[in-house]
Amino acid sequence: MTPSERPVLLVTGSRKGIGRYLAEHYLKKGYFVEGCSRGDGDIGDPSYHHHHVDVADEKAVRGMVADITKRHGRIDVVLNNAAIASMNHVLLTPAKSANRMLEVNVTGTMLVCRDAAKVMMRRRYGRIVNFTTIVAPIALAGEAVYAASKSAVVTFTRILAFELGQWGITCNSFGATPIMTDMIRGVPQDKIDAVVNGLAIKRLGTPEDCANVCDFFIHPASDNITGQVIYLGGVT
Amino acid sequence: MIARTDAYDIVLKSLTEVFAQIGTPAPDKVGEDTVLVGNDAVLDSLGVVQLIVEVEQRLEETHGVSLTLANDKAMSQRNSPFRTVGVFAEHVVATALEAAS
Repeated sequence: MTPSERPVLLVTGSRKGIGRYLAEHYLKKGYFVEGCSRGDGDIGDPSYHHHHVDVADEKAVRGMVADITKRHGRIDVVLNNAAIASMNHVLLTPAKSANRMLEVNVTGTMLVCRDAAKVMMRRRYGRIVNFTTIVAPIALAGEAVYAASKSAVVTFTRILAFELGQWGITCNSFGATPIMTDMIRGVPQDKIDAVVNGLAIKRLGTPEDCANVCDFFIHPASDNITGQVIYLGGVT
Repeated sequence: MIARTDAYDIVLKSLTEVFAQIGTPAPDKVGEDTVLVGNDAVLDSLGVVQLIVEVEQRLEETHGVSLTLANDKAMSQRNSPFRTVGVFAEHVVATALEAAS
């Protein structure tokens, strides 16, 4: 098919939280936005299409990307935001919970990157942003497996940048500071305060912070920015 | 289901496209026995990656089938299912059949 004239952006985990904010942010900027989550989406914009997909399900991801390609003929941007966290002391973390985090956060990110990159490489253009977290570099106790899965995402993304660079696809990671979404709503306030107090900029993150970094990474002029990771709040 | 002749045609067209993309002249004669992987291969390893992706995309466009050709089974076989144009075409037919069953 002839590719759509407007750019197409896929954001995973778009039903709520940061993913939803980013979906709406890029709809306002004129993108066709394709979103996915394990539940139904309710963004009513005609330029938005929701896929009921678990990113850890290889066949489902393949089907979603095929459907996007069939309708638009292109994928310009992927924001791999979907993730799960289970905040537990490692001594109390069941294997099932650990495996599920690795499946969604690592394998799921890989599957979406893999299938979207196959579409991007034919047009020799693509922007991939994989979401990580500051809890990995700050080694936050109580999030060992979640942080490990997000460290894997950073390493995966750095190498992906080298594997896909020749086809004009950039791959970067972005780690937000705590943002008041469902993912951290169960975390005790004193623990969140301790993290925020350890930052250079002592405040919670916002969805606007995330959009700002994504805007930079996905800008067409950022074609020489790849394999990088940006953390908010002064974390390195 | 995909006919063997269709699969063969898609692999050949994809190979031509990959040669065009990488800017290498295609060999004078390309056919069933053209080697894609290993000694005497006409493509390097990245060229094979491009070829597999190109075949997958063309299958979607022309037949509406969404296949992952480098699947677990393919990658664990002793003899690569991508080693020649003809073997690759057989692999496309078998993978499509398996996906439909």
